[in-house]
Amino acid sequence: MSELTARFDVTFPTFRLQVNASIPLEGITVVFGPSGCGKTTLLRCFAGLIRSPSGFLSLGAHVWQDETTRLFLPLSQRPVGYVFQEPRLFPHLNVRSNLLYGWNRTPISERRISLDQVVAILGLEPLLERRATHLSGGEQQRVAIGRALLTSPRLLLMDEPLSSLDVQRKREIIAFIQRLDKEFKIPIIYVSHALPEVVQLAKTLLLLKEGRLIAMGPLGEIFSQVGVRHVISDSHIGAVIDTRVADHDVEFSLTTLTFTGGQLSVPHQHCAVGESLRVQILARDVSLVANPPAFQTSVLNVLVATVMEIGPIEADQPFVDIKLDIGCPLLATITRKSLAALKLHLGQKVHAQIKAVALTHDFLD
Amino acid sequence: MPDIDLGPLWLTLQLAGVTVVVLLIIGTPIAWWLAYTRSRARTVVEAVVAMPLVLPPTVLGFYLLILLGPHGWIGSASQAVTGSALSFTFSGLVIASALYSLPFVVQPLHGAFESIGRKPLEAAWALRASKLDTFLTIASPMASRGYLTAIVLGFAHTLGEFGVVLMVGGNIPGRTKVLSIAIYDHVEVLEYTQAHMLSAGLLLFSFLVLLMVYTVNRRLPIHVS
Repeated sequence: MSELTARFDVTFPTFRLQVNASIPLEGITVVFGPSGCGKTTLLRCFAGLIRSPSGFLSLGAHVWQDETTRLFLPLSQRPVGYVFQEPRLFPHLNVRSNLLYGWNRTPISERRISLDQVVAILGLEPLLERRATHLSGGEQQRVAIGRALLTSPRLLLMDEPLSSLDVQRKREIIAFIQRLDKEFKIPIIYVSHALPEVVQLAKTLLLLKEGRLIAMGPLGEIFSQVGVRHVISDSHIGAVIDTRVADHDVEFSLTTLTFTGGQLSVPHQHCAVGESLRVQILARDVSLVANPPAFQTSVLNVLVATVMEIGPIEADQPFVDIKLDIGCPLLATITRKSLAALKLHLGQKVHAQIKAVALTHDFLD
Repeated sequence: MPDIDLGPLWLTLQLAGVTVVVLLIIGTPIAWWLAYTRSRARTVVEAVVAMPLVLPPTVLGFYLLILLGPHGWIGSASQAVTGSALSFTFSGLVIASALYSLPFVVQPLHGAFESIGRKPLEAAWALRASKLDTFLTIASPMASRGYLTAIVLGFAHTLGEFGVVLMVGGNIPGRTKVLSIAIYDHVEVLEYTQAHMLSAGLLLFSFLVLLMVYTVNRRLPIHVS
């Protein structure tokens, strides 16, 4: 696994980007934050499209920028693929020539990905001889991704590549991106302000706010941090858990998922046993019971949990976030009134009633 | 059928051709710089390039005559190297025409590069193309309509010039006597038939060239919007 070490400090008329971080690159790393927080600027700094004075950037042992020695590799000399928000295909070339443009310029010894592979995985065969201007938006973006892959990059940068597409195309391309990660083992840094994409794709999350990196870590951990509600909207916070399909209960039309913390029952899923499935348990869908319920509950998923952290209590806010441990982190949003009534304290064992499990592949609807 | 000397016609075509080539070589980097620079000097350069549009040709011709003559600094430099000054020579005419037609070449190219924008260039860089490579394989073909317009306007404008050529080149048959001046000469001595033939020839030629250009332009596959 390689590591991207970055130190940038760039000032613009309206904001300032200040980043100093070592980012472990494995799978898909999503840079997330509200519009205007500097996500694209950060990506352009990585690519060398923006030069930060006194900046530093290295991928593993390869230094791309070191202003103390005035070293700065232009984008064309960095082994980086860049997929822009718009496809930016070359209008005077057909699809095949677009795909091979970068491949032809990649030294033979560095070529690890072939045209055939890319055409197969992205389903581009029927488009090859078409003019780039005669494709739909989704097709164009697929060609743009393929074109970037054919330079055999060490790092693939993607700047909201789905933002201009409809839901159907989004699903399609997300599936492609997930396959890329598995097939080519190229680390991806993916910029997004759309939570559904983030939850579906991210392994690691970088949270950016007003030009500063405010959190970095595995997606599941960041989404179950107390206080994260200040960055991510209330309705989206909650633990993200990677599960595996364990069993189908035909009689009640349920599917059982297993994860490090136990089991979850969800409505029947059309997935084979053993397949992995990422789910999110929204904090507002978790309620806490201090004493084991003597009464019967209609909630299917009740898990034993330990109180790990009680979120900042704000006098003007009715709600407070509680971080729990169920073998993995879980976040619950309860009212301050309930907190007082339950007399919750750190280390306490409680029962977490999970009212709903969101399946992340449904998010795009 | 009166005798007409076709010398001025060939000389004019030669002058226009050479001028266009010179202008493409000079105009491309200027237009490129204007389209992509963030320098404050941009507006100044834009204004300088546009000057020949508003200046009377005689003003431009007058200063060029002085500059290119044996006592001007360009003319004297040329004299030191080649043994003759540039005023009243074909080379002098090329320099003068190039300057006079500069905006007609730079402006279409500037517009074409500007409408391409930075985005395709960044995409090419990300595909490992160097800046020169990007210019040759992405920007130039995408700007092909701009180039066509620049060539036609530059050529046509050089065909039609009169004042600058007269001032700098004089009226030396076989060397600097171009078509527009030849027509003027014929009219002055009331040789209307000859004037008619040359004028009609130029008219027809210009029309045919423009017709061809617009036909080709329509068929060009690239639409950069």
